[in-house]
Amino acid sequence: MAKRSLEPMLWLVFSAGGVASALFVPILVLLFGLAFPLGWLSPPSYEHLHGVLRHPLTRLVLFGVCTLSLFHGAHRFRFTLYDGLQIKHLNELINVFCYGGAIVLSIWAGYLLWRIG
Amino acid sequence: MADKITMQVTRYRPEEESGVTVQEYEVPFTKDWVVLDGLNYIKDRLDGSLSYRWSCRMGVCGSCGMTVNGEPKLTCETFLSEYGAGPVRVEPLRNFPVIRDLVVEIGDFMRKLVAVKPWIIRDQEKPLSEGEYLQTPDELDEYRQYSMCINCMLCYSACPIYGLEPGFIGPAAIALAQRYNLDSRDQGSDERLDVLSEHDGIWGCTFVGECTEVCPKHVDPAGAIQRYKLTAALENLKSFVIPKSAR
Amino acid sequence: MSERTAYSEYHPRWLRRRPSTYWWLERRAYLAFITRELSSIFIAWFVVYLLLLVRAVSQGDASYHQFLVWSRHPVVLVLNVVTLLFVVFHAVTWFNLAPKAMVVHLGRKRLPAALISASNYGAWVVVTAFVLWLML
Repeated sequence: MAKRSLEPMLWLVFSAGGVASALFVPILVLLFGLAFPLGWLSPPSYEHLHGVLRHPLTRLVLFGVCTLSLFHGAHRFRFTLYDGLQIKHLNELINVFCYGGAIVLSIWAGYLLWRIG
Repeated sequence: MADKITMQVTRYRPEEESGVTVQEYEVPFTKDWVVLDGLNYIKDRLDGSLSYRWSCRMGVCGSCGMTVNGEPKLTCETFLSEYGAGPVRVEPLRNFPVIRDLVVEIGDFMRKLVAVKPWIIRDQEKPLSEGEYLQTPDELDEYRQYSMCINCMLCYSACPIYGLEPGFIGPAAIALAQRYNLDSRDQGSDERLDVLSEHDGIWGCTFVGECTEVCPKHVDPAGAIQRYKLTAALENLKSFVIPKSAR
Repeated sequence: MSERTAYSEYHPRWLRRRPSTYWWLERRAYLAFITRELSSIFIAWFVVYLLLLVRAVSQGDASYHQFLVWSRHPVVLVLNVVTLLFVVFHAVTWFNLAPKAMVVHLGRKRLPAALISASNYGAWVVVTAFVLWLML
């Protein structure tokens, strides 16, 4: 029986987040980060975007993509801090900052998507 | 083509000095000489005090791993002609303590290798009267690549995590564990899971991928590790969902 | 690297070399690796950006247009350009490496790695097309 370490679970979430972020984030950055602001494509009207976002499926998928991507980023950044800066002795602080941050932002995501109205 | 090449060899003589020095030697240069030939020339003709490991001189024993011009290499497979006019810098394998000159301490790797139980584990040994274990070519292909490992430790030298993380089991040991996990004759995956799935065992790996790049036998330890991460994570998930007694 | 060995206490002192803080600058492969890992920061940033957009939309038409104006601010634009580069780098490296972890067998034969990568890229195309259709 494997010792009860959290690492395998964290890795699984990291992987799921890697897939989710790789599939969804690039096009979203292209559209909402560049194409719409720069006017390469005309941004969706308020009514259209509001309608899309309100749909329960959109909310669910968006929540999933956001939370998974946040945990993916948190996990990866934690190891970057461990190995890149060799500050593993601060590991409790790093874990709280990374995963704690991901949890807080996920709760915010849940709240926002719940209350689109 | 010049007939001489300079080799800059790291010397560490603990009984004389506390740090390293670099000594230069001129060795003959022919297109069929490898770095190991150069080192043997130095030892035979120029400086008998140089210490280094080597054995088969044909890339199967894994003894002659050293850092050549910053890259982990088997010196018996690395031609001097690859370095043009030279100089060729030879240093001991990185990420290991140095005992003397180019000889490194490999005890840590040896202990980790034993810890993953790199042998066939059976619940019940088949009695001799029942004959051999039979294995199809497809079953052999499952683990064949990982069985090519010659324990040369170039992958440990290339892995930044091994240098930073004392508990990390390392590429070769995990690849060898996989060699047995994926062997159809083996029944020991659970036993190996305990060792590998500890906090630092395999989870320190961040898939840098350099281990696979430097492996002279194309074992692809990075692939073995990622594949094992998925297996171990799913096993872990199962252990939460299905109680042990029911499995 | 453990101190426990079978040597007597009289073996000569081993030389222990600690990795430099800048080990990731020493080889091109290490630098590429660290760059890939730093994409994590930009993923997190963009999730925050998306959530700010969601908040703006839920607060009404005016808010949404204010967000669009803010998204045109040069600092935000530059940040998002950099984000796009990092995020695409993450996606490409992820899909290329996916077959290493995901070994799929059909009967007794292993599916070739290229097929696994190709299906990942295929999924990427489908998702991208869907989002485009949804938004335009």
